[in-house]
Amino acid sequence: MRERRPPGLLATTFVLLRKDLLIEWRTRARLNALIFFALATLLLFSFALGPDTVLLRKNAGAFLWLGILLSSVLSLGESFRIEQENASLDGVRLAPSDARAVFLAKAGGNTLLLFGLSVLLMPVLVALYDIRMAMSVGKLFEVLALGCLAISAPGTVYSAIANNARARDVLLPLLLFPLLIPALMAAVKAMNLVLEGDPMLQFGSWVGLLGAFNLIYWGLGIVLFPRVIEE
Amino acid sequence: MLEKVRKVLPWVGLAGLVSGAYWALLWAPPAWDMSDVQRIFYIHLPCMFMALSLLTINFVAAVTYLLKPSWGADAMAEASAEVGLMFGLLGTTLGSIWGRPTWGVYWSWDPRLTTVAILLVAYAGYLALRKFIEDPERRAVWSSVVAIISAVDVPIVYFSVRWWRSLHQVQSSPQTVDHNMVFAFRWQAFAVLFLTIWFVWTRYRLARVRLAREVALPPELPPAVPAGA
Repeated sequence: MRERRPPGLLATTFVLLRKDLLIEWRTRARLNALIFFALATLLLFSFALGPDTVLLRKNAGAFLWLGILLSSVLSLGESFRIEQENASLDGVRLAPSDARAVFLAKAGGNTLLLFGLSVLLMPVLVALYDIRMAMSVGKLFEVLALGCLAISAPGTVYSAIANNARARDVLLPLLLFPLLIPALMAAVKAMNLVLEGDPMLQFGSWVGLLGAFNLIYWGLGIVLFPRVIEE
Repeated sequence: MLEKVRKVLPWVGLAGLVSGAYWALLWAPPAWDMSDVQRIFYIHLPCMFMALSLLTINFVAAVTYLLKPSWGADAMAEASAEVGLMFGLLGTTLGSIWGRPTWGVYWSWDPRLTTVAILLVAYAGYLALRKFIEDPERRAVWSSVVAIISAVDVPIVYFSVRWWRSLHQVQSSPQTVDHNMVFAFRWQAFAVLFLTIWFVWTRYRLARVRLAREVALPPELPPAVPAGA
């Protein structure tokens, strides 16, 4: 009998990602919850500031990223909660699939969800905060994608840990938020430059910081995540 | 013998701090640009230095645990993180007391202060995580992972004053500083070092005792009382 070669890392990642997206697509519960949660936070921020258009426009980037960050906690927590029923994560591990593929699929899935959410929130920002675009749409998508990637990599590692600990809902933000401060700062600055113009040509350095953050934490995630889910 | 050394260490450290107060507060010359306010530096710098060193030790202990699991590495990680966080908080508080007369504010969001704030909150989260997991083996693995991820910030704190334009001054070199200041500083640094070794040593022993109790088998049940006795 001819021995079948086990599927490679990328193939496994793709299969797992497809599985997660399929589960999500069948109910669309997570995406719906995320959208309404993010909408509610954006509304709250605009009420907290009051009807000052100039002030709202100036803070739009910061509020968008805070909205995404707060929603990401829901999304990240949910991505491992669906594996807890019937010990599905053990099933996935025994399939057998590479633990690094599990990380890539989970982090990739979270990135896709958050990116979708952020794109859906753009019209809301136009309506609520009256934003204008000073740079191209491509640059906007670049910032959104890099920011969502930056939240997802450490977020996936930490939600895998928090999901099995006591007080998991407290633990994830407690661990994740301080870590994300540099990424959040860079994303907000870059976002504001996209919206308000970049006379000092700072866009490149903030995007560079986001890129470096992604490189470090995706690298650490791939190396460390297998240790988190081993039994 | 070792136990005797451990018992003597805090007294050596305390004596060093008391005598060091004389060297630092009265004997060393005042700084030319900020007079006596600068003298807080003789305790601020040793504290921050110990904090960054201990968090580096924490990183090494975490990597050691992941490569070759041992309760010693886990206890060392716990001890170094806790004492390191304490020195970090102390040093940051002292620095902000110094900042008020010098910069006019207690706190400013410049690169050095921002990265230190991230560092302190990240390690507070690390210690909280350790409290939240009951299974000692899982706790050791997961907290090692979190320690390695948090340690990314340690070199950034150290180099932040060189990489970005910061309100905080860059590291001085002993060659450019009055030798009396260097002497007073070294005296204080060694006093704090002795105290640090004592803290970590004692905390490590405590962690070992707790771990031993956690992984120990439950005590034997009392022998059943024979019927009719």
